[in-house]
Amino acid sequence: MTAGLLLDLLLALAVLGTAAWTLAARSQFAAVIGFVVTGLLLTLVWVRLGAVDVALTEAAIGAGATGVILLYVVARLRGGEAEISAATPSRAQRALAALLALSVGGALAYGVLSLPDPAPSLAEAALAGTAPLGLGNPVSAVLMAHRGLDTLLEAIVLVFAVLAVWSMAADHRWGGRPGPVFQREEHGPLSLLARILPPVGIVIGIYIAWVGADSPGGKFQGGTILAAMWVLPWIAGLVRPPSVTDWRLRLMIAIGPLTFLAVGLAGFVVAEGFLAYPPGFAKPLILLIEAAMTLSVAAALACLIAGPPERRRRA
Amino acid sequence: MTEILLGAAFVVLLSVLAGLWRVLRGPRRADRLMAAQLLCTGGIAALLLVAGAYGDGAILDVALLLALLGAFTSVAFVMAARLVGPR
Amino acid sequence: MSLLVGAFSTACVLAGVFFFVAGTAGLIRFPDTLSRVHALTKADNLGLGLIVLGLLPLAPGLGAALKLLLIWVLVVIGGATAAQLIGAAAARDEHAMPSPPSGGRGLGEGGVP
Repeated sequence: MTAGLLLDLLLALAVLGTAAWTLAARSQFAAVIGFVVTGLLLTLVWVRLGAVDVALTEAAIGAGATGVILLYVVARLRGGEAEISAATPSRAQRALAALLALSVGGALAYGVLSLPDPAPSLAEAALAGTAPLGLGNPVSAVLMAHRGLDTLLEAIVLVFAVLAVWSMAADHRWGGRPGPVFQREEHGPLSLLARILPPVGIVIGIYIAWVGADSPGGKFQGGTILAAMWVLPWIAGLVRPPSVTDWRLRLMIAIGPLTFLAVGLAGFVVAEGFLAYPPGFAKPLILLIEAAMTLSVAAALACLIAGPPERRRRA
Repeated sequence: MTEILLGAAFVVLLSVLAGLWRVLRGPRRADRLMAAQLLCTGGIAALLLVAGAYGDGAILDVALLLALLGAFTSVAFVMAARLVGPR
Repeated sequence: MSLLVGAFSTACVLAGVFFFVAGTAGLIRFPDTLSRVHALTKADNLGLGLIVLGLLPLAPGLGAALKLLLIWVLVVIGGATAAQLIGAAAARDEHAMPSPPSGGRGLGEGGVP
């Protein structure tokens, strides 16, 4: 296993190196590139650790979506140097933050290193609880059934994130279309890519969301791909984002958490409590929630990338 | 075969990581972008090799997602760089 | 796995690795942005292409083989588009300002965000 060991060592060193470089980067643009590169390497680390579900999430949300969101933030910050330097923490604050991060990291490392061997694990219990649900992927079983409350709260956080971004809009722009305007280019490589990639990408996005029941994948990863497949034609100037007051957009953002909440409340009546599934109906209900959540994740992430309304509402 | 494939993954990764020198050095944003894109392709190659070494189909899905989002992200970065740059 | 298939896979994978190393060397050593774009596309198209070709006979089924090919196609069209956009921006820069330092345009100098 020498080649495998060398690969792991290289990955570990590379992650530390790129993370340190991202922190030290002078320009914001370079720092975002460093962030995305670190995320990419972390994806490989998760694969080597055998956590393919986490690897998919890191690739989709950690590197892809967050990287693009950060980059459009950098683009929006141009021209605001005075505000940026006023908001930049002082040297002492940064040293304090570094100290805090180091002590949290040290405590975690101590905790991991002092675990008994073999480490206590709930894996057996989780695996035993997976089969009755009709799911093949124990990670999905944990997310949707054993720890369903956490996932429900995550889903709701996404809606709040969109609200927070929209609330950044100036009053007179409320109701307008979000994001910068991209010039429409009829011919050229970008508009070609924006026309041929989405049909393929949408199928792949639905596939990744669908296989989540039985193998690594799921709503967050699939939804991110769907969001990217909408953002691409927007960047190419082929489509325009809908107005933030469009009820269809709002419905799409809210449908996932609402479905989740409705199924959870129905548990009081038809099963033994909140977020409990009636026996025999667990899998169809979980698939229903996953489908609605995929749509909501896609819409919410696309709105987070597009940002607050930047144009005045047309009369 | 497993050793050969893992070894190949190691060399590919080492090579594209060396390319990160361009991310450090620049001098243009375009150069940083190209090095990041090369790392993405190299990462996909390493994933495919690891998937081949262990016969794990789920890793292919990670590579598929990276290929799709990599194409999207590199384009989104170029367009954002246009927004960032002084006109 | 027959010896012949193993030899074919190994040869293709090693050739692919060679193109990755060559692409990186070009990215580091070539003097200007446009030649570096040229080096990058070799790694994208040929490096990954040869590795995919070498892995095809090892794929457990038709689905996995098709996925491998799809991954390569996606990387090639994504890489080609990005290379076009980067190249166009770099060419505009060269045209507007032959000697890079200080105040490039578009994708030019990355000093200030």
